[in-house]
Formats: sequence, C-alpha cells, structure tokens
Amino acid sequence: MGIIKADDVTFEYIRRDEEGNVEGITTAVDHVSLDIKKGQFIAILGHNGSGKSTLAKHMNAILYPTEGTLWVDGMDTKAEEHVWDIRQRAGMVFQNPDNQIIGQVVEEDVGFGPENMGIPTKEIWERVEESLRAVGMYEFRKHSPNKLSGGQKQRVSIAGVLAMHPQCIVLDEPTAMLDPNGRKEVIRAIRGLNDVEGITVILITHYMEEIIYADKVFVMDQGAIAMEGTPREIFSQVEKLKSLRLDVPQVTMLAYELKKKGMNLPDGILITKELIDALRI
Amino acid sequence: MLRDITLGQYYQTESVVHKLDPRVKLGGTLLYIISLFLFENIWGYLVAGLFLALVVKLSKVPFRFMVRGMKTIVFLLLITVVFNLFLTPGEVLISFWKLKITKEGLWIAISMAIRLSMLIIGSSVMTLTTTPNNLTDGMEKMMSPLKVFKVPVHEVAMMMSIALRFIPILLEETDKIMKAQIARGADFESGNLLKRAKALVPLLVPLFISAFRRANDLAMAMEARCYRGGEGRTKMKPLVYKREDKLAYLVIAGYLVVKIAIGIVL
Repeated sequence: MGIIKADDVTFEYIRRDEEGNVEGITTAVDHVSLDIKKGQFIAILGHNGSGKSTLAKHMNAILYPTEGTLWVDGMDTKAEEHVWDIRQRAGMVFQNPDNQIIGQVVEEDVGFGPENMGIPTKEIWERVEESLRAVGMYEFRKHSPNKLSGGQKQRVSIAGVLAMHPQCIVLDEPTAMLDPNGRKEVIRAIRGLNDVEGITVILITHYMEEIIYADKVFVMDQGAIAMEGTPREIFSQVEKLKSLRLDVPQVTMLAYELKKKGMNLPDGILITKELIDALRI
Repeated sequence: MLRDITLGQYYQTESVVHKLDPRVKLGGTLLYIISLFLFENIWGYLVAGLFLALVVKLSKVPFRFMVRGMKTIVFLLLITVVFNLFLTPGEVLISFWKLKITKEGLWIAISMAIRLSMLIIGSSVMTLTTTPNNLTDGMEKMMSPLKVFKVPVHEVAMMMSIALRFIPILLEETDKIMKAQIARGADFESGNLLKRAKALVPLLVPLFISAFRRANDLAMAMEARCYRGGEGRTKMKPLVYKREDKLAYLVIAGYLVVKIAIGIVL
C-alpha cells in the first residue's frame, strides 16, 4: 500500500432547505480509487467543480468519505484517534495565502504547526530554520507576512507545513491566486521538495504547465477520474482533454495542430525545446 | 490610504525597556498606576514623576511620542480639571459670576491632572515598547492561573493575535470594496451623517461576508496544521524571566517602597 490509498471513495454533499429537509444530493467525489506511492509527484487536474478540492480535503481528514475508505500511511481517515497523526503526515496547503497564515511574523507562522504538535522549543527553531531554507524564504523570517508577495506568502505556507515533517504534502490549487512569477516560484519550491527532500507531492491545479514534471497525472471530471497516466500520455490525447474543458499548453497544441496537418512529430510534446528538437530532424 | 495605519503604537528601537519581558512591563505598569492613586502629596508625585522620567529616558522613545498619546484624552482631562476646580466645596479663593474656585478644588484639580497625565504616559511607555503580539503573550501567561476557573485564557489570546494579524488584511479589503463601489457610482463623502451612515451599508455587507469566508478558511487551515486548542501546545518563543527582568522587578519594588514611605511619613 502506498502513502495514500483511496478505495472506491464517494463523497456526497447534502443540500438542505431551511427546515432541514434534504433538497438534493450532490456527489462531489464519485467512486474514486487511487494509490499514491511514497516519493511520487502526483498532479490532479480538473476544471472548477470537478471534485478535485473535495478529494484533497479527504487526504487531510478534513472530510470523510460517505462511502469507501481512504488510508493515509495505512491509517483509515475515518478513525477519530488517528486524525492528528494523519494531519501531521499529510500536510495541506490551501489556495488563498492570506487565509492560512496565522502568525504575525514569518518565523512564528512556520512555527505554528510544530507548536501544536508539542515539539520542544529548541527543535521548533531548528525545524523553522530548515523549512524556511528549503523554500528559500530564510532571509524573510523576521518580516510581516502582510508585506510579502503572493508567491512568497505561499512559500511561507509551504514552509509551515514542511516544519511539521510530513511525508506528503497536498497542495490545493496553491498557484490559483498568483501572478505568473509567483506561480513559477511556488512550483520551483514544490519541485525542490519532491526532488531534494523526497516528499510525496500531490498538486491539485488547473494549470496544465504545472503538471509536466509530475510522475503521474489524474484528470478528474464530475467527481470521477476521467484519465490517468504520465503527463506525456495525457497530453497526447488533446481531443479528450478539450472535451473535459481543459486547456493544453501552447507547445503541445501547436505540435498537435502541425501533426494534424501532416507533419511527422511524436505524440505529447510538453516543452518548447522538445518541439524545436523534433522539428530540426 | 488605509494601509498606512499602524496598529498599536509600537516604536521600533533597541533599548533595555524594549527587551524586558512583557509580563514585567504589564505588572509594572499596573503597580505604577496603583501607586499614583495611593497617597496625595507633592513629594509623592515628584518621586513618581522622576521614576517615569527615568523609564522614558531608558526606553529611548522620543518624548513627543508619549505626549501624542495624551492628545486623545486632552478633552477628558480638561473636563475632570474644570469640574474639580469649580464644584469642590471649601475655602473660596476667587469667585466671579456664579463660579467659585476653592482652595481644595484647586489642589484636587492639579493633583488629578498630574495623576492622569502620568497614568497616560506610563501606559504609553508600555504600548510603545512592546509589540501587540508580545503583549498578548504576556497577558496569556499572566492570566493562565485563571484557567482553573475555566476562563478560556489561551483561546482569548489566540483570538486577539489572529485579530491583530487580520486587521491590515481587512483594512485593505475595505479599501478595495470602497473603490469598487465608488467606481460604480457610490457616494461615501457627501450628505449628512445619517446619509453617510446609510452609504456604509453596501460596504459593510460584502466586508462581513468576506470576513466570515476568511474565518472559515483560516479555521480549516489551522486544523490542517494540527491546532487543537492550548492543551499540549509548546511555545516557539516561551516567556522566560532573564536577569534584567528580575532586576526590573527589584527596581519597581524599590520605587513602590519609596513612594509608600513618603506617603506615610509626610
């Protein structure tokens, strides 16, 4: 069993009217099964309302499956006694950087998680330093989070999760509110964690450019997994992605159109350099 | 425009007073305020004034910052002085029209003015030299014995520090909403008071909605980071008394002894 394993997970939102009668049931996650191995970089892709954020919240035991089971490091998320262990092992970074920074100074915010876990003071400081260095925010440790850019705030949030020494980090659209530069910064930090620290990363996003480094991609649609495979496998199915209302990166699109017009190009081109090389031959 | 507001009135500099434990400053200020109201004689005020001058000097905060705090209470101070001056019965010094200034009234007015100004300056020293965050920490630690009586000390302190963190964010948001409304023709500046208050409604509603949304997100983020109340929590920056703090307590105790001695002897 991998670090996160979902078996036939279904989650239903029950909408109620003012008297509390059931008005309708929305199935946000629909019989999802997946198995994520330690050290992998996983991307979960989907347009708005595809259920990807709901699925992410299951991995941190914020939500529990209505049906099916989800295990984090072998622990069932439904078991109440494991909740805190699960939250420590699978850290979570949310979309809005302002709404997840608790401290008034960068270093205090990073220390918040370890404080909650009851780590001794001296070790908290070591963890804070090491986490801030890992995301390249050590020079800003004394700053107020309000004065940082979006990308920097998001890196502080990542450091805050990192300081809890998780085995896996779930990032729920961490770049959705950032400008292109901030997005690059954050993605670089996330890749660093995966390559250097060997932490399992689950990146939830709707930006296609961010998933090209992933080991495995899941595409979600209407709560179910519609496609899964390596980025190359996913991107070679341009028509299907379009039918799921997802945009393909420009290069991939260009290669796809050229190929359709009869040029001899390989399937699923991901980066510009690849296309240039392919065209040179 | 709204972004320029700084919270509290912390004055950033390096000084002995800045480095003291917030508990020392909180306790010291409280004791100082009590000492001001203990005895009524000119020598006592002199000692209190000298002590205050010493602390102000040590804090390295320019004196005009202390006086700035006085501005807000000038009106209150004036009312107190005037009432005491004219309405205290006793030996009449000067009288004109229906008003009489009595000897007792004059003395009470002067001593009230001295007490109140020293009280304000004294507490300004505390707020100018302690960050709001530090102050919250100090209060939490000082109040922690109240936990026995089921007072949610940790929770209140946590709420205060979160409020402090979110004030600039909400101010910025107010600014944004205001501009968005102005762009669509809202008028916040003209009309009488009632009209202006009414104009604020379309500003407050979205602000409240967004504040609730933020609160919801923040609560989730805190839980995701294993927050489960004060129980079993350790501190990244625990408050520990250092040598200077103990020394400061001694100095405060010394001042109190002198002040009380003067009060009794004279």
